[in-house]
Amino acid sequence: MGEVTKKRTGQGKFLLGGFLIVAAIVYLIASSTQAAAQYYLTIDELFARGEDLGDRDIKISGVVDGDTIQYDVKNLMLRFTIANVPADLDEIEEAGGLAEALHIALEDPHATRLEVEYIGVMPDLLRDEAQAIVTGRMGEDGIFYADELLLKCPTRYEGDVPLQAEGE
Amino acid sequence: MVASIGYYALVITFLASLYGAGAAAYGALKRKPEFVESGRYAMLLTWPLLTVASVAIIWLLTTGHYEIGFVASVTSNSMPTYLKVTALWGGQEGSLVFWAWLMAAFTSAASLRKWDRDRELLPWFIMVTMITLAFFLSLVVFFENPFARLWLSADGQQVTAMLQPTGAIPLNPPDGRGLNPLLRHPGMIIHPPALYLGFVAYVIPYAFAMAALITRRSDDRWIRITRRWTLVAWIFLSLGLILGGRWAYDVLGWGGYWGWDPVEIAALLPWLAGTAFLHSVMVQEKKGMLKHWNVVLIILTYALVLFGTFLSRSGVLSSVHAFAKSAIGPMFFVFIGVTFIVSLSLLINRWEMLKGENFLTSVFSREALFLLNNFLFMGILAVSFWGVIFPLISELITGQKITVGPPFYERANGPLGLGLLILMAIAPLSAYASTTWKTIGRALWKPALVTLLVPITFYFAGIQNPIALLGYTAAALVAFVTLYEFWRGAMARHRRHGETLPLALWRLVGRNRRRYGGYIIHLGVVLMAFGIIGIEVYQTETQATLAKGEQVTLGRYVMTYDDITVFDTNDGRNVARAVVSVYQDGKLVDELYPRKDYYYDSQQAVTIPGTRSMLADDFYVILVGLDPDSRSDATFKVYHNPLVNFIWIGGIVFSLGTIVAVWVSRGRRRANKASPASRSTRT
Repeated sequence: MGEVTKKRTGQGKFLLGGFLIVAAIVYLIASSTQAAAQYYLTIDELFARGEDLGDRDIKISGVVDGDTIQYDVKNLMLRFTIANVPADLDEIEEAGGLAEALHIALEDPHATRLEVEYIGVMPDLLRDEAQAIVTGRMGEDGIFYADELLLKCPTRYEGDVPLQAEGE
Repeated sequence: MVASIGYYALVITFLASLYGAGAAAYGALKRKPEFVESGRYAMLLTWPLLTVASVAIIWLLTTGHYEIGFVASVTSNSMPTYLKVTALWGGQEGSLVFWAWLMAAFTSAASLRKWDRDRELLPWFIMVTMITLAFFLSLVVFFENPFARLWLSADGQQVTAMLQPTGAIPLNPPDGRGLNPLLRHPGMIIHPPALYLGFVAYVIPYAFAMAALITRRSDDRWIRITRRWTLVAWIFLSLGLILGGRWAYDVLGWGGYWGWDPVEIAALLPWLAGTAFLHSVMVQEKKGMLKHWNVVLIILTYALVLFGTFLSRSGVLSSVHAFAKSAIGPMFFVFIGVTFIVSLSLLINRWEMLKGENFLTSVFSREALFLLNNFLFMGILAVSFWGVIFPLISELITGQKITVGPPFYERANGPLGLGLLILMAIAPLSAYASTTWKTIGRALWKPALVTLLVPITFYFAGIQNPIALLGYTAAALVAFVTLYEFWRGAMARHRRHGETLPLALWRLVGRNRRRYGGYIIHLGVVLMAFGIIGIEVYQTETQATLAKGEQVTLGRYVMTYDDITVFDTNDGRNVARAVVSVYQDGKLVDELYPRKDYYYDSQQAVTIPGTRSMLADDFYVILVGLDPDSRSDATFKVYHNPLVNFIWIGGIVFSLGTIVAVWVSRGRRRANKASPASRSTRT
């Protein structure tokens, strides 16, 4: 018994060491979350939040209006407008799936719209009624400057993997 | 007819697995061996029955039975036969059956061992594995039935059901939708089975751990029994991850191999827990410590295996891999929760029994360093898990979805990964019980001195990024320490036994396969780290829209766009194939053919890069698009990926190391051969 207690006394430094490592990991997680967090918003939410988003990167999802797509091939400058799509999964289910929800959102004349500018190659999947997820920041001029453009095209087939393309 | 046979085979297997679990547990509790035996027979029945079901699906897939919903969703007339067979794991329903089939095979194989010394574990092993199997089968029997037929309901809706719904008429489509084109790649044929094999094999050590807890065995018998299973699970999981990266590099066309996609992480999580387990069990075997911790790790690994399957199958997170939103999400959630809580309660109930036999004494002892290794692996696990669930948590708490991208993972996991590298250099030099800084220093100073040359040379060669220098120095230290260990061991044999050096090296590894296999794995990791740092820090890219004859420059490379052809193939694709010439330092070095294949049946394009792959770097060209007006101006995205091939080479070395570690040693094989009598009495 005496020997066990003797052995136990040396454990303090290990407990301390373990505690320090755990603290370091928690710190890494917290600080990296702080540094890399991106709000994922709909266009309505973006306009509602407005100023208080500050300088951080935001992710916005919306439906592409095909008529507004302009592409300058020489300068690789892409501009298009996206319309607000509700983020609520149940609402999307109710509308009859993502493809339907996107279609309805685009037809809605009252849906809020956002102009997006992106420098880079135009993805094949950028077309009318595609869902665009853009990451970047709001400019002073009301245009959203995207560094990243992700597209999802729900096909008419239920159960298909959504088409994706990625640009940076 | 075949569909009915397949479906009833699934139903019978489901019932057999439930019966097996119940009978085995009842037999053990009431001490009636005949019930345990009956449960075992039920278990042995599951694999042949699931083989019938799987063959039935494959038969339906290859013969174009598009009236079956699953067949229509993953195959089409234009697909070659081998792809129709592998379409088994190309969709939700089939992949769940495939999972169950592998699981039944592994369980049966594991149960064929000699049980003489630990017969009391058998019934509980049967119970745990059969409950897991029954869960997966319940998903296919009740929710995701691969044999369900297509019907047109009275109100004109297309539905799938096993039996004819009232007023519905059967549908017989002439062709199917075809497998997602992204999955029509050789890598995709091996990647999912490798991953599943890894997932499934981890159920075996978990089942033995639970059996040991239930029967109150406090020794490390369960660890010794499942050592090889754990390694097999681990190598398949590792292979699955590496092959997945290779597939992404070849097919997804974004110049990378790992994107911190939720489903990639879902496969990484059990690997992290499993790798920690692999290291910490050695402490229990040698020192009788960390007994609670090892049980926690295997429970965690099992839960994460389920969680990984859940993430990829439930559509809960949007990702490149996700299948459609599905009813099986809540089922998984409940099953993971219940098994996790029950396992942990069992552990807490047996807590006293698993008291350690020793305490940590020295900071540089091997057991302390193994513990540190576990902390770091758990740290990476916590970071990655947090990143996956953070959007869900933030939405739940603040009502606001906040996501974290690759920078989060890189920033948080980078230092932890570096810590692991450094540990990999120090830990092999430590001894159990007591090691002082001095003893480590004595073994370390020579390789450390050589290592110093690496950052100096690199710095003057132009590699001045501090992260790259730090990473390369740590990796070099691991490499030199490990190689020095081989050298020291071989020299000692050479001196003592007068063996030639190659023979001494061969015998050294042969006599202690687990240790030296582990070192070879470490060398594989070093090579992979070398490649990962290369591409992560020094990847460059550019993009350009070119007319024929124009060129684009990237570093030392110049690429000219020579020609393009657009044609239809007889398997339903429209192919745009560009021809580009690659010049390095002004010399023509290669001609590449980046391609874009458009699949008519699924209306999807797949980009296949043209790659000049060398040891030093890859020149990687993607045909992004073709100008619709001129039909000849094309847009290219060009990547320069330094050292990326070291990732794949490292992967091969890594696998070889695991094979060395898992190989049956000669002594053991002889022992097996010598006891045919005990084999034949196996029941």
